[in-house]
Amino acid sequence: MNTYKHLLKSITLLLLIPVLYSCGGEESSEPRSTQPPVEEPALTEFELEHGIGPVTEPIEIGDIDPDLVTKGRNIYEMKCEMCHNYQGRMVGPELGNVMERRSPEFVMNFILNPSGMVREHPVGQELLREYMTAMPFQNVQKDEARAIVEYLRYYYEENN
Amino acid sequence: MDNKKSNTLRGLLFGAGFIAIAAFIFTGCPSQQRMLDTGDAAQKVYVAPGEHDEYYGFFSGGYSGQLSVWGLPSARFLKVIPVFSQDPETGYGYSEETKPLLKTSYGFIPWDDSHHPHISQTNGDADGRWIYINANNTPRIARIDLQTFETKEILELPNTGGNHASSFVTSNSEYVIGATRFSIPYEMDLDVPIDSYSDEFRGALSFIQLDPETGMMEMDFQILVPPYNYDLGRAGKGPSADWVFFTTYNTEEAHTLLEVNASRNDKDYVAAVNWKRAAELVRNGAGETMSAEYYHNYYEGNQGIAINDVKNQVTVLTPEDGQDFIYFLPTPKSPHGVDLDPTGEFIVAGGKLATVIPVHSFSRMLDAIENRRFEGHVENIPILDYDATIIGEVENPGLGPLHTEFDGRGYAYTSVYISSEIVKWSLETFEVVDRIDAYYSIGHLMITGGDTKNPDARYLVGLTKTAKDRYLPTGPKQNHPAQLYDISGDRMQLLLDFPTIGEPHYAQAIRADKVAPNVKQIYEMEENDHPHALRRVADNRIERDGDVVRVYMSSTRSHFRPDNIEGVRVGDTVYIHLTNLEQEWDVVHGIAIKGANNSEILVAPGQTKTIKWEPTRTGIYPFYCTAFCSALHQEMQGYIRVSAADSDVPLTWSTGGN
Repeated sequence: MNTYKHLLKSITLLLLIPVLYSCGGEESSEPRSTQPPVEEPALTEFELEHGIGPVTEPIEIGDIDPDLVTKGRNIYEMKCEMCHNYQGRMVGPELGNVMERRSPEFVMNFILNPSGMVREHPVGQELLREYMTAMPFQNVQKDEARAIVEYLRYYYEENN
Repeated sequence: MDNKKSNTLRGLLFGAGFIAIAAFIFTGCPSQQRMLDTGDAAQKVYVAPGEHDEYYGFFSGGYSGQLSVWGLPSARFLKVIPVFSQDPETGYGYSEETKPLLKTSYGFIPWDDSHHPHISQTNGDADGRWIYINANNTPRIARIDLQTFETKEILELPNTGGNHASSFVTSNSEYVIGATRFSIPYEMDLDVPIDSYSDEFRGALSFIQLDPETGMMEMDFQILVPPYNYDLGRAGKGPSADWVFFTTYNTEEAHTLLEVNASRNDKDYVAAVNWKRAAELVRNGAGETMSAEYYHNYYEGNQGIAINDVKNQVTVLTPEDGQDFIYFLPTPKSPHGVDLDPTGEFIVAGGKLATVIPVHSFSRMLDAIENRRFEGHVENIPILDYDATIIGEVENPGLGPLHTEFDGRGYAYTSVYISSEIVKWSLETFEVVDRIDAYYSIGHLMITGGDTKNPDARYLVGLTKTAKDRYLPTGPKQNHPAQLYDISGDRMQLLLDFPTIGEPHYAQAIRADKVAPNVKQIYEMEENDHPHALRRVADNRIERDGDVVRVYMSSTRSHFRPDNIEGVRVGDTVYIHLTNLEQEWDVVHGIAIKGANNSEILVAPGQTKTIKWEPTRTGIYPFYCTAFCSALHQEMQGYIRVSAADSDVPLTWSTGGN
């Protein structure tokens, strides 16, 4: 009887652990640890390729939209350029050719959810190990991230 | 030998006596230090790590000149908001943006004495938009924005000596009031003998209009009143919402040794002013325009550099017979506080030297005015008959009643200075129903949600003047205490006792959910309208205009841009305009330069701040980020090369690339 009670208690405690673990830290820009968590949450195919964040399905990509390029360029020059070069690493990776390396959805999710990406996504974790600085969220909205993608697409096409 | 023995004996006796006294002090009067059972008290103030308090408490800093912010009931210290004093911790009053806030008609003043914070109101309730606070010494009122917890505006009051009865707002934030504590000659800079006091000196009651959208202040008019000391004020509520009330003392018109000479009269006055009527008179052309010089300092846009708007005249209304906007209510004796209950009916004055707490009735006051129950006039101001306005006198209130707040359940709580206690009394019977000790010598008290139509009366905070043995000793001067009492039950119970900063005079507390949801986490870079802001990273640059060098610098984790600067010369005046390009909550960068006769400055995310530096010696000057910002914070540094005044080292700047 007693043993049974203890067992129940232990099970309850064990059940509580993930609850406690998942509380807090969601918004933190600095990851708790660069080690992957003990039980890595399984990522979907989409997440593996396109990142974790508010962009959860493929976005429409067409011809370069010059207005969107201008909008994206303004935001890029205000909020991204201090840490990224077009060619060669700086605080973060070079971005002149990022559209060759990553999908538009991936770039958007990284901009919109940088702390989640370096904590939970294998590519984000790898980038943090390499650059040792977590990319901050720069108060960029979804439509603005889309515009930045448009600008980086334009830049890549113009320079390659 | 004998001597030694007797010393030992004396020591023993003394020790025993001390223990007895200590035992008496600590156990002898359990009813005085009425605490909840320790465990219960701890539970009542316990806010778990990561959880938030229910109330913001805003405590004036007194002679620190600032405003401190606390979480209640835990008494977690949250922040000091710099207001009237320079603050090297943040760079307030040192940065080019904030220095103009501290300018006055007497020049730049690095300090003042802040007393009475008051939260803006809508329909008689605190609305949590702004908080106003007065400067007592060089008379001013400041407005603090509760979205950013920053001082945004300071208005100087002309013709005023000691702005103590301030900065109380009316129930729809139409006006914030100020007044003269030390009457002075009204005419600007008048040079007269001090003993011409009664002839030449006058008091000024100031009515500062507030913009309903922005909270901005504008000196609307002053009322010229007899040369008394105008001590404290409050606005009416509900039926009395068109009125404000001031206490006076020194109706004796003494100008020396006031502690004796201003304590002779049995009664002084509460001045009741119908501000709406006075404002109407002014709109209809009453009053005269007098020359005056006073500063109005504020930001024109979203942020940027504070400006000095120097005013040179003020409208002054001198009471004339039949104007019916100001009355004196005789009130015993040298009253200090004047407080309105939540219904707006009871006007409670705390007579420092009175043996009772006098309670005037607002409705009886209106009747007395209607029926011309005047004892006389002073300078065209009718003095109402005491018996006509008084509705109760609270007997046995202790020695030296000062200030009163209300719980909205029919009870008032008055702080009593000399006997160092809080008395709770009934607004129905005017009888004391409970009393509890304060440690020690209580000044103001405040109730959560107090001085509104709907006090949220869970807690009461007593703000006391001396700590003595309450905490671990920290030298001959101890910090001022505050005590938190539970007032939800019939009897007051002490929950917590904690030291504060400066000298908290008045304080206000507001439910956190009225403020916290509106607090900004960043300054949006898109809205940065600072004239020297960096809008694009690539715009970082240096411009020279004669001896003035402007560095347009940005900061981000973890570098400055530019971080290598050459071509600065001895004799230059260097302004570093630092834009923090971060857009993440609480990621702050700072900058400090070796040898700068200035403080560091902190720059919030998305903000631009400027440090002025005048190098006097050649050499290499390191500068660095003062706020630990990231894992590579220690790498966040730079160098400025300073060359001789006649050097031809070209002005160059760079970041990276080596």
